[in-house]
Amino acid sequence: MSSAEDHQGRPEGCALVTGASRGIGAAIARGLAEDGWSVGVNYRKDAEGAKKVVEEIESDGGSALALQADVSDPNAADELFPPLEEAFGPVLVLVNNAGMRADGLAPQMEDDAWDRVLDTNLTAPFRLTRRALRGMMRARFGRVVNISSIVGQRANPGQANYAASKAGLIAFTSTVAAEVARRSVTVNAVAPGLVDTELTEDIGDEMLKAIPARRAGTPEEVAACVRFLASQEASYVNGTTLTVDGGMTA
Amino acid sequence: MPTADKEQIEKRMTDALESFGAEREQIKREATWEELDIDSLDLVELAQIVEEEYGVKMKEEDMKELKTVGDSVDFVAERAKS
Repeated sequence: MSSAEDHQGRPEGCALVTGASRGIGAAIARGLAEDGWSVGVNYRKDAEGAKKVVEEIESDGGSALALQADVSDPNAADELFPPLEEAFGPVLVLVNNAGMRADGLAPQMEDDAWDRVLDTNLTAPFRLTRRALRGMMRARFGRVVNISSIVGQRANPGQANYAASKAGLIAFTSTVAAEVARRSVTVNAVAPGLVDTELTEDIGDEMLKAIPARRAGTPEEVAACVRFLASQEASYVNGTTLTVDGGMTA
Repeated sequence: MPTADKEQIEKRMTDALESFGAEREQIKREATWEELDIDSLDLVELAQIVEEEYGVKMKEEDMKELKTVGDSVDFVAERAKS
């Protein structure tokens, strides 16, 4: 059954989730597939992980395609979009999830650590969003969800590069949302707090004391926010940042 | 390029402008974007259509020079030739 049959009134197209071979990205890809989207599962290195996500989606009756690309490569959009568009139609949901950390105190931070983090976490979402908006504007429907972080909203020493990239993503989100809202395209951000993934496994239990919920979030709890923002029901939610942090920044 | 192609370009661009909300009867060669209530986002989308369908790039600096429907049709028809 196609997504159009499943979800009346929603144009035919697909979703692309970057960094979807594991963690939050994998949960988002699985969730969007449950919502009837065919999903492009982007990965950089973890082909096995991406394959597993695709197999899980397919075994549940969905459609997915694993797509290798380093999103920080300026040509990544040309590697990701044509095969997806060929297989499933225009990309109508883009989730810019791929992210990286290269922590260190600013006085000692190398240019390379700054550049790599900004390239992956901020410049890549810009390039992919720019490419995706073409099809979304023409379809008069589109959902861009940028995965930011609460670190983009409050200080976290040792992460000047990561924080700048995630704060930049929030400003990017609201600005682009205002630019394209008239085409029924929404651009929102999700700002997770501590989420239990490989990216955060080196963060100690001390941090849990700062979280009112006294636990880390799960990838599925973040994915639930993305699924809402990608839904037709969220059509009037635009340019905002949905924080999902167990009350940490409350 | 034969005249028919220019007509075809004009028809395609008229269709596009109408889809952006311009009134069809007001879309004439001498009509300006302002008169048609066509804004910068509409022009970005028009440029995308023209690039995809005729292979003609309308850069931002080009768009600033093109004030009317006729200017734009001529611009695209001229470049679609070469």
